[in-house]
Amino acid sequence: MAKAAESSGDPGTTSPRPLMRDLKAVGKKFMHVLYPRKSNTLLRDWDLWGPLILCVTLALMLQRSSIDSEKDGGPQFAEVFVIVWFGAVTITLNSKLLGGNISFFQSLCVLGYCILPLTVAMLVCRLVLLAEPGPINFMVRLFVVVVMFAWSIVASTAFLADSQPPNRKALAIYPVFLFYFVISWMILTFTPQ
Amino acid sequence: MAAADELAFHEFEEASNLLAETSDAATASGSDQLTPQGHVAVVVDSGGSYGAEEEAEESDRTALLQEEKQQPGFWTFGYYQSFFDVDTSQVLDRIRGSLLPRPGHNFVRHHLRNRPDLYGPFWICATLAFVLAITGNLTLVLAQRRDPSIHYSPQFHKVTVAGVTIYCYVWLVPLALWGFLRWRKGVRERMGPYTFLETVCVYGYSLFVFIPTVVLWLIPVPWLQWLFGALALALSAATLVFTLWPVVREDTRLVAAVLLSAVVLLHALLAVGCKFYFFRPLPLEHLAPPLQAASLPPKLLLSPTPRARAT
Repeated sequence: MAKAAESSGDPGTTSPRPLMRDLKAVGKKFMHVLYPRKSNTLLRDWDLWGPLILCVTLALMLQRSSIDSEKDGGPQFAEVFVIVWFGAVTITLNSKLLGGNISFFQSLCVLGYCILPLTVAMLVCRLVLLAEPGPINFMVRLFVVVVMFAWSIVASTAFLADSQPPNRKALAIYPVFLFYFVISWMILTFTPQ
Repeated sequence: MAAADELAFHEFEEASNLLAETSDAATASGSDQLTPQGHVAVVVDSGGSYGAEEEAEESDRTALLQEEKQQPGFWTFGYYQSFFDVDTSQVLDRIRGSLLPRPGHNFVRHHLRNRPDLYGPFWICATLAFVLAITGNLTLVLAQRRDPSIHYSPQFHKVTVAGVTIYCYVWLVPLALWGFLRWRKGVRERMGPYTFLETVCVYGYSLFVFIPTVVLWLIPVPWLQWLFGALALALSAATLVFTLWPVVREDTRLVAAVLLSAVVLLHALLAVGCKFYFFRPLPLEHLAPPLQAASLPPKLLLSPTPRARAT
């Protein structure tokens, strides 16, 4: 990563501490996901901190106090984690096997960062669920999740589509669609107990 | 034995598609020689009796095609990349071929053309597993809307069950089938059995028809659900049977009949098992608070919050 050991410079300078620099880099990538343009920032300086933060946040928010038995409940923390990381690894492997020229960690980075819209959707859903239940409640949540799902797909496609040969783009994009669809489903069916 | 003109048409189609694929092959009218395959002669014009010569030519051609691709070692990335060497149009064509099985149309020879891929089976199984779990969950939601005493829960463990079942089916049953066919290979010298990956490929693509069927199972009309299930099972099993028939018909009638009925039976078991496991409402003993649920307001829809419960 580009931010490796930079504090071994001149002791007299006031360079920003590594943590702040890393946080700024992560924040910058969040902005790139929220306003996807054809830029290389996500690909060039990949890091996995952002995806980790997002995944942990999502998994924590999807927890429910388990009044239900373990079998019947929603996804546990470990299940969300496994789905996100295992899913991202599988999509990356699939993309590489189809002949894409993106590196393994770059692809993981993009897929992880593009969960940001869905994490925002999860936050909104949790807030909306504090209100009165009913069909309007459900419609609002459905609308938010659908919009954020579309946003995630558009963002990840903007970054990933160019790395595939043109006659296989659909084959590489479909698993991304399935991945975000499953995460959206987990968010939509979340019911706090 | 099929009519001679049907065989002629089939040969022409096969030959022209084969020629289209191998771009450095010479094309001419009359009998052609495919330069990469050397001494295999493709008879393009009609006439003559096909019968045994066609089968021998086909097996020659496919054997040569298989030798052509030199396989890197299985520890290299390139080995696995050779199984993902498909385009979007090819995958769509294979899916279409599995949806519309025709009696003379062997899926492996006509659609796979001895280049099996793992992309189709893997992602079709993944999609089917998720669709099963999601529509099973949706059925529960819809059932709860009609009958608020049913307790809704996301039942996330069903995703795991669905995934494991389907992947095991698509890997273990072809393994058994392939092993059995290889064991019987000594009895027939005419046509070699399919490779393991071709068998997996056929099974994987044949499961595609269940994806729209499972979505249609949301309609809560029982006889319609059984109708759709039977239709999907018929299409899917037909693909398998038409693919296996040329390999199996050389064998004794008993073995052929037993094998084909075992294949169809296993497929039916999978379909029926999925229907019963994923699409039944919860039995009443499993409800968490059945007595309190009776006092819920009738307009309760998807999210029973604690506030509504604690009246």
